[in-house]
Amino acid sequence: MIRLERRPSPSRMWTALTPVMAVLATMIAGGIMFAALGKDPVEAIRTIFWDPLFNEQFAAYSRPQLLVKAGPLILIAIGLSLGFRAGVWNIGAEGQYIIGAICGAAVGLALYPLDSPIVFPLMVLAGALGGWAWAMIPAILKTRFNTNEILVSLLLVYVAEQLLASMALGLLRNPEGGGFPGSRNLQQYDAAANLELFAGTGVHWGVVTAFIAVIFAYVLLSRHLLGFQIRVAGSAPRAARFAGVNPAALVVICLGISGALAGLAGMFEVAGPAGQITIDFNSNYGFTAIIVAFLGRLNPIGILLAGILMALTYIGGELAQFMLGVPAAAIQAFQGMLLFFLLAVDVLSNFRLRLGKPEAA
Amino acid sequence: MMLNISLELLLASLMVAATPILLAALGELVTEKSGVLNLGVEGMMIIGAICGFAVAVETGSTILGFIAAALGGAVLSLIFAVLTQVLMSNQVATGLALTLFGLGFSALIGQSYAGLKPPPVPELDFGPLSNLPFVGPVLFQHDAMVYVSIALVAAIWAVLRFSRVGLILRAVGENHDAAHALGYKVVRIRILAILFGGACAGLGGAYLSLVRVPQWTEGMTAGAGWIALALVVFGAWKPWRVLLGAYLFGGITVLQLNLQAAGLAVPVEILSMSPYVITILVLVVMSADRRASLNAPATLGRVFHASN
Repeated sequence: MIRLERRPSPSRMWTALTPVMAVLATMIAGGIMFAALGKDPVEAIRTIFWDPLFNEQFAAYSRPQLLVKAGPLILIAIGLSLGFRAGVWNIGAEGQYIIGAICGAAVGLALYPLDSPIVFPLMVLAGALGGWAWAMIPAILKTRFNTNEILVSLLLVYVAEQLLASMALGLLRNPEGGGFPGSRNLQQYDAAANLELFAGTGVHWGVVTAFIAVIFAYVLLSRHLLGFQIRVAGSAPRAARFAGVNPAALVVICLGISGALAGLAGMFEVAGPAGQITIDFNSNYGFTAIIVAFLGRLNPIGILLAGILMALTYIGGELAQFMLGVPAAAIQAFQGMLLFFLLAVDVLSNFRLRLGKPEAA
Repeated sequence: MMLNISLELLLASLMVAATPILLAALGELVTEKSGVLNLGVEGMMIIGAICGFAVAVETGSTILGFIAAALGGAVLSLIFAVLTQVLMSNQVATGLALTLFGLGFSALIGQSYAGLKPPPVPELDFGPLSNLPFVGPVLFQHDAMVYVSIALVAAIWAVLRFSRVGLILRAVGENHDAAHALGYKVVRIRILAILFGGACAGLGGAYLSLVRVPQWTEGMTAGAGWIALALVVFGAWKPWRVLLGAYLFGGITVLQLNLQAAGLAVPVEILSMSPYVITILVLVVMSADRRASLNAPATLGRVFHASN
């Protein structure tokens, strides 16, 4: 008979080891799924995890893509992780991402064709403010009316998607686009474009911001009083109240930071890799970032690595789609599986496995 | 501008529009009554939608389709049950994982089913009742699942209120330590409640793909699962109030669709977002009411571990 015994504090070794175990388990289960789809499992896994980095034919294109995809994931996940640590569940990052993109693009398009170095910084500001404002809706409803922030932030994603459609078809539509939906392409507007900073690396301003966010979050959590309050509020809410933590302020701060970062991610995406506001501009980064946050153990350095790994599954997934005809949905299921395994093996860091019968109390 | 929307048609389609979220919300109500918060309703619904659709198309029988949908939803919820009850994972995170996985996996299974037509679901014949003017089309010209969902409301209400099973379920949800001390198998009871919730969500999803739409498209639940979760809060964990909420919500959905079709001078996007906005407003009103939020099961979302 196996039974579980709670550890006094989570095991450090297992905390570091469990994400690796989860990735391996996902590779095995994913391999079985690919085999069931009639694909060679070894080849599929190799195409996803190995070829984008080391295959001579594709690596030149894929490697820069790694940071392009990892940037927004890391940026969003860092913000989410602060909230998750404090027990504030913002799961509507996708909506904040969309609104950030709309606001950032709107500022850029309003100033078109002004050629001034001030355009891009203004867009960055607008993107962050837009995401922040969208996240303030669940924050204020939570603190004023005690409304569940999980449901509100998630429902607002659907509202944001409708707004996006309305913007792409109406207000922000390219007046010279011949009636097609979608805005002007910001990449062709030099003052607003978020271009690659170093040729061949994929590093744009969003990626730089993501790295800054990682450092900022690391310092915040380990050195700053707010970081301490976030950690204590999540692990021991009662103790937090005695330590003088104001729960309402924490909700506003956590949702505000995660909203602003998600908004920034959206803005950098629309001004850079995506280029324009379209009906289906959003690509589920807001939801995948939840997996990234957990895979990184809600730890800034962990999230950095997890974001890069998750970006790899995106690129490798596209490659597998193209090379082996693996359906796109399989990759999505694959990413969901990863979160399952992660949560499952988590038990090892919080509990000890004991063999034998429990002693009588 | 004159809007010619027939009240009769509006009320008749209201019940059909409300049934998917009603079924899912009822399942979630039972799960939450046992003290478990399963945020994976959206994922279980969409798995139910594709399982029901696929089996109904392959066998030509909608009854088999609904059974398969309930099974599919229950199997997915079993993953949630094992993770949260046996491996004691965080319920919020696991529920989200269920939704993310469900959306991806359903799209994977559903690839070859896009664009197909499911077999028709027959309407129940109530004889002369169905031919009554106004009342007939509104109340008595629907398929069996509409009435099954209403019967389920009554059954859940009666079981929770009058039976021993209901009492034990509520005890587990209100205070798992006390229930454990009395000798009830907390984990086993919760797993069963989760499975029931999964089966109901699966049925709700299949109702979408077999009756309400009726066809299969990726991500077709479009937030219905989240609205079902909100309905449980709206209904203050009471079955009849959940029914009322579902029908109100169904009414809003049908009304905005009718307004879109009637060409009201309001942008389509504003109308399409109205159900979500109204759900948020309703949530705000309900949670500002202290008495309603006191109805929440006391151990909702808390991890149970029998440490001695």
